Amino acid sequence: MMPFTYERAQSPAAAAAAAARSPSAKFIAGGTNLLDLMKLRIERPGHLIDVNGLALDRIEPTAEGGLRIGALVRNTDLAADARVRRDYAVLARALLAGASGQLRNKATTAGNLLQRTRCPYFYDTDQPCNKREPGSGCGALAGYSRQLAVVGGSEACIATHPSDMAVGMRALDAVVETVRPDGATSEIPIEGFHRLPGETPQIETALQPGELITAVTLPPPVGGTHVYRKVRDRASYAFALVSVAAVIQRDGSGAVALGGVAPKPWRRAEADAALPQGAQASAAALMQGARPTEDNAFKLKLVERTLGAVLAEARS
Amino acid sequence: MPIPDTETSSRTPAPDPVPGDVSLARLSLRVNGAVRELELDTRTTLLDALREALRLTGTKKGCDHGQCGACTVLVEGRRIYSCLTLAVMHEGESITTIEGLGTAEALHPMQAAFVKHDGYQCGYCTPGQICSAVAVLEEIEAGIPSHVSESLDAVRISDAEIRERMSGNICRCGAYANILDAINEVGGQPA
Ligand SMILES: Cc1cc2nc3c(=O)[nH]c(=O)nc-3n(C[C@H](O)[C@H](O)[C@H](O)COP(=O)(O)OP(=O)(O)OC[C@H]3O[C@@H](n4cnc5c(N)ncnc54)[C@H](O)[C@@H]3O)c2cc1C
Ligand code: SF4
Ligand code: FES
Ligand code: FES
Repeated sequence: MMPFTYERAQSPAAAAAAAARSPSAKFIAGGTNLLDLMKLRIERPGHLIDVNGLALDRIEPTAEGGLRIGALVRNTDLAADARVRRDYAVLARALLAGASGQLRNKATTAGNLLQRTRCPYFYDTDQPCNKREPGSGCGALAGYSRQLAVVGGSEACIATHPSDMAVGMRALDAVVETVRPDGATSEIPIEGFHRLPGETPQIETALQPGELITAVTLPPPVGGTHVYRKVRDRASYAFALVSVAAVIQRDGSGAVALGGVAPKPWRRAEADAALPQGAQASAAALMQGARPTEDNAFKLKLVERTLGAVLAEARS
Repeated sequence: MPIPDTETSSRTPAPDPVPGDVSLARLSLRVNGAVRELELDTRTTLLDALREALRLTGTKKGCDHGQCGACTVLVEGRRIYSCLTLAVMHEGESITTIEGLGTAEALHPMQAAFVKHDGYQCGYCTPGQICSAVAVLEEIEAGIPSHVSESLDAVRISDAEIRERMSGNICRCGAYANILDAINEVGGQPA
């Protein structure tokens, strides 16, 4: 790790203001992603703003009948919350499919959303990577790309977003709430929160410099059957090759989002609309325009089959 | 250097350190029941603070990247990886390490069960396995669901539950079957 100074934030607005004052500052929450990357010198903050003392660790009902999840709520606590288990089971299941018990005890709502890719070339500082070192090239495109994106990538980067939680939130139309360094608050629908790489894979979200996530809100419960299915190389403690989050209603309509296939949680209105026609039609809409590599073309079939299994489970 | 808060640092913005500059922080941790005062480089992980500064070498460093579980300790009663957290982030908190669970004379029931069932070979992963196992039984007791729980609302101990919940503790010697027996013994399931 490079040396850094450390402070404890006293309020969300003060944290955002402190981050804006120091160009190399970063927030630290659970630390489970940031410290991993700092040890490898992929992240090199000169100043850490510890947000753990902020009162952002509560789950509260919203006036509209939804839930507001504080940025610091730990993944374990979110998955175990009675309201989440009852009304947003797809989110509880997505959380429980991620990482390990020890990690979920530390990992926070905001940190999980902002965790960085697991692309092996991003992690290996001897390799070119446009996300880590803009302009250096992409090691993965002509390299080992089995885990990487089949859709939504670009000539510059085909990394996937590794979060399970975010895929559940995408299926539920969550909204990210933030506070900016000038004290203004904003609401960012999760659809537009993560960005596609285009020419600038180093820019991953809609957040401005210093902007602090304060909460994620969920709209009122929509009912239906909630399923999260994750396909991976080990039964546990492994990132997704493909994951499917789905909320399916009795008439066969619903919402579906994918993990492991794109630079962001992947959802398309056409695919939701095609759900009553079955997995093949919906998967085709999700994978429209896909540009897989030789290594990861298997994901196209895997998406269709996993979605098929999810729809069968929802019907049973 | 005492830890500044945002109020003071807003008056004097901290300049970003130049590489090579070391930033120190004073903190106190309650480790296995005793308050310990420390002055550490801010970069010190909780794991390194325990092993290097406090000489509690029971907690092991395997991967140092959150991938093996050897560094598992209990912080405020919850299991975490001590390699992926900074010591300064735990000011005033209670940490329990394997040394605090039991002693050679008075073993914790989980330690005794690991001995009885031979839940190890080289023993390197064992302190982490035991700390994790103690917390796993509490998590099941508290009704916290897991990936393999059929219902999110009714959590019952089973081999599948224990395996899933212990998946964040890798054993290079492959003592898994005996580890499972040891946890079952304490958890009340017939081994
Ligand atoms: C071995 C291993 C396996 C894993 N497996 C999985 C898996 O299967 N599925 C999965 O989904 N995840 C997995 N993870 C990742 C894990 O979920 C993340 O590390 C965790 O969610 C990050 O949360 P955190 O609070 O620790 O974030 P931190 O490390 O504290 O922060 C991450 C980023 O978020 C920023 N940040 C934090 N809080 C805020 C805020 N309030 N506002 C603005 N920015 C903020 C930080 O500056 C940093 O850039 C795994 C991790 C490891 C080490
Ligand atoms: S896919 Fe993206 S993260 Fe991976 S090497 Fe290419 S640019 Fe880097
Ligand atoms: S040393 Fe912490 S998980 Fe491996
Ligand atoms: S006993 Fe050797 S690593 Fe587990």
